[in-house]
Amino acid sequence: MRLTYFPIALVSLWAFAAIFGSFFPLQPDAIELTKILHTPEANSWLGYDDLGRPIWDRLIMGAQTSFIVAIWVSLISIVIGTFIGCASAYFGGWLDLLVVRIIDVFLAVPGILLAIAFAGIMGPGIENVVIALSIVGWVGYARLSRAQVLALKHRDHVQAAVSLGSGNFRIIVKHLLPLISAPLIVEATFGVASVVIAEAGLSFLGLGVQPPDASWGSMIRDGTAYMLVAPHMVIAPGLAMMLIVLSVNLLGDKLRDKLDVKLKTS
Amino acid sequence: MLNYLFTRLISAAFVVFGVSCLVFLLIHLVPGDPVELMLGESARPADRESLRVALGLDQPVLTQLSHYLVNLMHFDLGLSIHQRQPISEIILERFPSTLQLAIVSLVIAILIAIPLGSIAAIKRGTFWDYFAMGFSLFGISIPNFWMGPLLILVFSLWLGWFPVSGNDGILSLVLPALTLGTAMAAILARMVRSTLLEVLGEDYIRTARAKGLSELQVVWQHGLRNALLPVITLVGLQLGTLLGGAVITETVFSWPGLGQLTIEAIQKRDYPVVQACILVISLSYVVVNVVTDIIYAAIDPRIRLGKSN
Repeated sequence: MRLTYFPIALVSLWAFAAIFGSFFPLQPDAIELTKILHTPEANSWLGYDDLGRPIWDRLIMGAQTSFIVAIWVSLISIVIGTFIGCASAYFGGWLDLLVVRIIDVFLAVPGILLAIAFAGIMGPGIENVVIALSIVGWVGYARLSRAQVLALKHRDHVQAAVSLGSGNFRIIVKHLLPLISAPLIVEATFGVASVVIAEAGLSFLGLGVQPPDASWGSMIRDGTAYMLVAPHMVIAPGLAMMLIVLSVNLLGDKLRDKLDVKLKTS
Repeated sequence: MLNYLFTRLISAAFVVFGVSCLVFLLIHLVPGDPVELMLGESARPADRESLRVALGLDQPVLTQLSHYLVNLMHFDLGLSIHQRQPISEIILERFPSTLQLAIVSLVIAILIAIPLGSIAAIKRGTFWDYFAMGFSLFGISIPNFWMGPLLILVFSLWLGWFPVSGNDGILSLVLPALTLGTAMAAILARMVRSTLLEVLGEDYIRTARAKGLSELQVVWQHGLRNALLPVITLVGLQLGTLLGGAVITETVFSWPGLGQLTIEAIQKRDYPVVQACILVISLSYVVVNVVTDIIYAAIDPRIRLGKSN
């Protein structure tokens, strides 16, 4: 049981840092020329980077970046994906055929590659990262909600609603969505973890947030050039990201067990 | 079997067509003028016009699409804007490196995952199980653009065992393959564990035990053999993912494969090359998937009969 508190605490910390970080006197862009590449010391926990900026402050800023991107991408992907998946399964026919084909096509292109291509062509920036990752992200939710609705739409309570004259929209929202929300929540939890990694990956490639803004990915990239003299530049943001991703994945595992969800999506 | 083969190939053909269209649309979906994106705002109007004509962007979109698809059927991927060389040549140059990395990573992943997943399943609920699943969770949670630099730091910079980057002999393959292989081993080990647990609960395992086989024989001959069937599918899927997912790892290690080519092309705004890379990577993914499915169906009659009905 105690193992559950650890991921919850870390994820809460992440959210807290992201939401309230700007209320603290952080100076992620403050340059101290005398402290370039300084290793951790008493008054700066994580040392300084190649421009003499405090890494702790930049880490908090990176938490904001990853949190904002993760929340936006997940929200957009869930809304669009669930809408498409539900509609496809509920109405069936040519719409379903078309949607299944489109999902197949998106699944054939490795997601991160497509996101890299979109982000690369649209140009860097946090909005474009959100768009690129959402273009890739909706597919999983569409596939999952389609499979779930297919299994549910012939249930008696749906038939009853149809014969009572409920509209399609009402049936989907009132009678189907509540039943498929558990697997969607579990999927979304794992989704957040992969968005955090994907955002950092795009930023690592220079396609994410632009300097002087910080992302854990771009911090790792900046650090790789100074690894021998200042390994803390790479270790700190990577460790932060790994702990968050690990916690979110652990939470996903717990949620899946708790909600008793089988993520079968075929 | 023939029926299954036919339906599988037809659906693969649809996917290939869809991917080609998606890749074609990549440039057109993006707001703004692709020529301006490629040449920058300061380019001379004459240069823009000539690039527009060279890429066929002056024609209606549908005409462009049909030209694009016809050229693809002739294996003509167009010319690189930057290198002024046929893209198919550039890709053929890079593909072996990517394939080499993918295969070695896959071997590493299998060598780690099968023993790890089996031990976790056999010793369920013990320290070994927690250790294996803990490793697996870490493997999934460590991004390769962090693990790569850490491996470089320890094994190249501190210990000096392996080269930092590039493709220069077998030693330079170790670190990138380890980076990719560990991540994949994490996913595979989970799969091996869960399928083996399922199989070990079957009646024929009880029969095998009852007739007095040693535990090793039970697990190896009756358990693992049956458990590995679904794993084969996942391995196929993973090989496909490796071909494309290696983009970041290749960049970390300056590995001269398709992934690095994609990133270089994005940085140079050489969009025809970006399109071609995504297309080739996706097509290899589709091919690997089809081959895996067919092998699987050939091994397991339940698949071909179940699906064709």
